[in-house]
Amino acid sequence: MRNIYVYIFIMGLVSYVIRVLPMTLIRRPIKNQFILSFLYYVPYVTLAVMTFPAITEATQSPVAGMAALILGIAASWFGASLFQVSVLCCAVVFVLELFL
Amino acid sequence: MSNKQLFGAGVRDGMPVCLGYIAVGFSIGIAAKSVGLNAFQGFLLSFLNNASAGEYAGLTVMAAAGTYLEIALMTLVANARYLLMSCALSQRVSPDMKFCHRLLISYGITDELFGLGIARPGFIEPIYMYGAFSVALTGWSFGTMFGVLAGSVLSARLVSALSVALFGMFIAIIIPPAKRDRVVLLCVIVSFAASLAAASLPLISEISEGTRTIILTVVISAGAAVLFPVKKSACEGSDI
Repeated sequence: MRNIYVYIFIMGLVSYVIRVLPMTLIRRPIKNQFILSFLYYVPYVTLAVMTFPAITEATQSPVAGMAALILGIAASWFGASLFQVSVLCCAVVFVLELFL
Repeated sequence: MSNKQLFGAGVRDGMPVCLGYIAVGFSIGIAAKSVGLNAFQGFLLSFLNNASAGEYAGLTVMAAAGTYLEIALMTLVANARYLLMSCALSQRVSPDMKFCHRLLISYGITDELFGLGIARPGFIEPIYMYGAFSVALTGWSFGTMFGVLAGSVLSARLVSALSVALFGMFIAIIIPPAKRDRVVLLCVIVSFAASLAAASLPLISEISEGTRTIILTVVISAGAAVLFPVKKSACEGSDI
């Protein structure tokens, strides 16, 4: 394993540069439609890619993770808030792992 | 409004954000603990990054002992949306504002704090932003630290349950826009399928999880951008 502090500082530097560049240098609006569209889709895609199948690997039982994913999606689709969805996912895993 | 009142208004609006950040920071802390970070490293990670998805993405690279280049690219991709938010915020900065405020405000551009700032009428008020940062970002860093500490004392079963809180949050971020926008829904479905395929197919699954996430994100987002360009005026920012 490489040095954790170096990892953290590289991440911190990249995170800050992303935020500070538009505020300081790029003072004009981004007009390129491809870049705008790309940046619009990136967060949804990256979060989706990171969620599945990782959620089934984060729990002790993959079935519990899968159930949390499905019920979480259903709850969110029908209007549950961010906090409610998170708590529901935790509760589903907690209860299912009593039996699995 | 005096500076004191502005700061107070920021603190007041930042309080609910702070509570949410403590909870989500906590689950980041649990993930950090499982990767092997100690409480101080967890605190530092959140203090320097202020980004849930970005931090989680970075942790997956650390877990796989990825390269420094890999973690830099991963952070760039997972946090790319802040570029748009910063861009949108820069349009609302008074020409008289001191340059140092630009440097300081940039530090705290997160989904929620950007939302607070952009919701205020007129030019961005730096003192208001600092009020909101002071409570929200403190909650974030300390929440992460508590998560690392709790990860050592809680039972494995409880940690297993709490570790999905973060995924629950990701789900709650992507599903409402997917319901409104068919293309986002398509992106989410394609992402789930491609991610599962990449994790199970021979050869591809040998690439580290972090690199797979970078490649899939760039390819799928670029594809969507070409096939379904977003008709939006420049620099409005996304809604998350």
